[in-house]
Amino acid sequence: MKKVIILEELECAHCAAKMEAAVKELSGVESCSVNFLTQKMEITAEEDAMPGILKEAEKIVKKIEPDVEFVVK
Amino acid sequence: MTKKLKKRLRRIIAGTVCFGLCIAAEKLIPNLNANILLIAYLLTYFIVGNDVVKGAAAKICCGQMFDEEFLMVIATVGAFLISEYPEAVAVMLFYQVGEWFQSYAVNKSRKSIKELMDIRPDYANVCRDGAVVTVDPQEVARGEMIQIKPGERIPLDGVIITGNTSVDTMALTGESLPRDLGIGDEVISGCINLSGLIEVRVSKEFGESTVSKILDLVENSASKKAETENFITKFARYYTPIVVVLATILAVIPSIVTGDWAVWVYRALSFLVISCPCALVISVPLSFFGGIGAASKAGILVKGSNYLEALAEARVAIMDKTGTLTKGEFAVSEIKTVDADEKQALFYAAYAERFSNHPIAKCLVRAYEERYGTLTNVSENPANEKESAVEEMAGYGVLVMYEGKTVAVGNEKLMERQLKNNRWNEIKNNVLHMEQEEPAGTICHVSYGDSYVGYILIEDQLKPDAVQCIAGLKKEGVRRIVMLTGDREKAAEKIAGVLGIREYHASLLPGDKVDRVEEIFAEKKEDGKLIFVGDGMNDAPVLARADIGIAMGGLGSDAAIEAADIVIMTDEPGKIPQAMRISKKTLQIVKQNIIFAIGVKVLVLLLAAFGIATMWAAVFADVGVAFIAILNAMRALKLK
Repeated sequence: MKKVIILEELECAHCAAKMEAAVKELSGVESCSVNFLTQKMEITAEEDAMPGILKEAEKIVKKIEPDVEFVVK
Repeated sequence: MTKKLKKRLRRIIAGTVCFGLCIAAEKLIPNLNANILLIAYLLTYFIVGNDVVKGAAAKICCGQMFDEEFLMVIATVGAFLISEYPEAVAVMLFYQVGEWFQSYAVNKSRKSIKELMDIRPDYANVCRDGAVVTVDPQEVARGEMIQIKPGERIPLDGVIITGNTSVDTMALTGESLPRDLGIGDEVISGCINLSGLIEVRVSKEFGESTVSKILDLVENSASKKAETENFITKFARYYTPIVVVLATILAVIPSIVTGDWAVWVYRALSFLVISCPCALVISVPLSFFGGIGAASKAGILVKGSNYLEALAEARVAIMDKTGTLTKGEFAVSEIKTVDADEKQALFYAAYAERFSNHPIAKCLVRAYEERYGTLTNVSENPANEKESAVEEMAGYGVLVMYEGKTVAVGNEKLMERQLKNNRWNEIKNNVLHMEQEEPAGTICHVSYGDSYVGYILIEDQLKPDAVQCIAGLKKEGVRRIVMLTGDREKAAEKIAGVLGIREYHASLLPGDKVDRVEEIFAEKKEDGKLIFVGDGMNDAPVLARADIGIAMGGLGSDAAIEAADIVIMTDEPGKIPQAMRISKKTLQIVKQNIIFAIGVKVLVLLLAAFGIATMWAAVFADVGVAFIAILNAMRALKLK
């Protein structure tokens, strides 16, 4: 399944790339892409693993850019 | 301007004033206590950069060592330690100003991209229980009736039940000419209703509607990244650590050798300031996104930056004929008469064929009506009623009585039968000088009574911009153009001749097309991409096989949108060279940004290492370059 997350206040393109790379490394994530311009993160993973992945992804985002709001659509 | 930007602007102004006061005090008061000066500068520093310091502190806690804010704080704190107070504050101030401009530019481009995609309808007027209610388009179900007033955006796909209007499809197709629509015609969401009130039966839910699909496609296009983007991401991953390591070496080794710590630490700190790859990381995807946006404004949907990037490299183009280069509909292209005028010949043919549903028959009737007015008056004339019974002769053509004599419309065999005493062969050889070859189109012979009237040549019509498309492709660097068609050899030859295509394969079955494309792939040299252009009807496998599959006439055709990498919303093949131009210009902007940003950074690194560039120059190399690169990237949005 695919989840779209809105990253409000995402200001730094370099950070977006870092987030993408880090989320891709999580186990169970099939693909992840962060679009700096539309401020969206898209994660594809198995449905069962998704809640855990979302939690981890939020941690990663907060770690790289503490100001960003992580809003699951 | 957002709240956050305003807040940051106030901070910058306050900081600049304080900084000015500090410098004035230092210059004007000769014997100012050094400690007071330090405190004044430190205060200014915190006014300017408290958020950066806070951010950096947070980053240290999570071990994000190569973060921009962190590096900036190290650089400025370092400057304080070697007693370069004004330098430290100035670097922070410049950094903030640069960051502010950067955010401003990013916000601005986000906004223009949003405006570009401003085709999302906000509401729908749905007719429920005899009343019209305004609801979110997502709440409207299939089969419901919606009302669209002039000036409103069409919220959902559907069919017009009542009313006539013209619609503006500009936002979807880039086409400025409005389309006229009436009862029974399909309307497409995202267009604007211009003139009349219409009622529409919804045929697709919002999630399935054209406007949703297009928005999805454009928004997600950035997830398929171009090679250049991946290169930049990788570059950034190594660039920062390398520069930081270099800075450390620069701070330690020459200092030990020369003993002049202040000089070398200062130079090393300049390195830290330049170590962020922001300009590249922001401007490259922004350029691609801008290029995709510019293309979609022209009615060319590109499904990913990778396709936009690849398109510039297209060297082989395989074009489908019917529906791509030609309209796929028949029209009269030549009338040859013997002892009669064109009107008479066309009239006989149209009259005989007026009840038939065959595409050729319809085209004859249409041709007559377009040129000479309606045919119906004639057929409804009661005097002719007795005569108007049509006799169809399978394999020959049709016969009909008109004013006492037989009209025959059909092939040569029919003429042979109708014209007595071998007259047909005589006419054929002596009057028409018809070649023995198979004609390029379909020929309808017409006879009236005993005499031969003439023939009408019917052909598939070229699209008006097909010639321009082929010429444009050649100009943009496509070296080999191949036309594939299921049509007959003769028809293919003629079209290819008109368009200037040297290579074509005719009489292909759908399966043969895949084989041909494979063959062309095998012959292709390593460099250059192969594009396939089709109309999305039963060529999905080929669209997928090509490096870039381009589908024509995406408006209303889901299959085309699904299968292709690039969708041309209008039916114009001339958009393909235009897409290539946009692709090339976008890549040019990307290249400029990469060379400019890396060039300036390397230059300033070198200058700083030799002590020529100050920290001020370093700040410019960081944020100034990013700002300029963003401005350059935004040009891609305006490409045509």
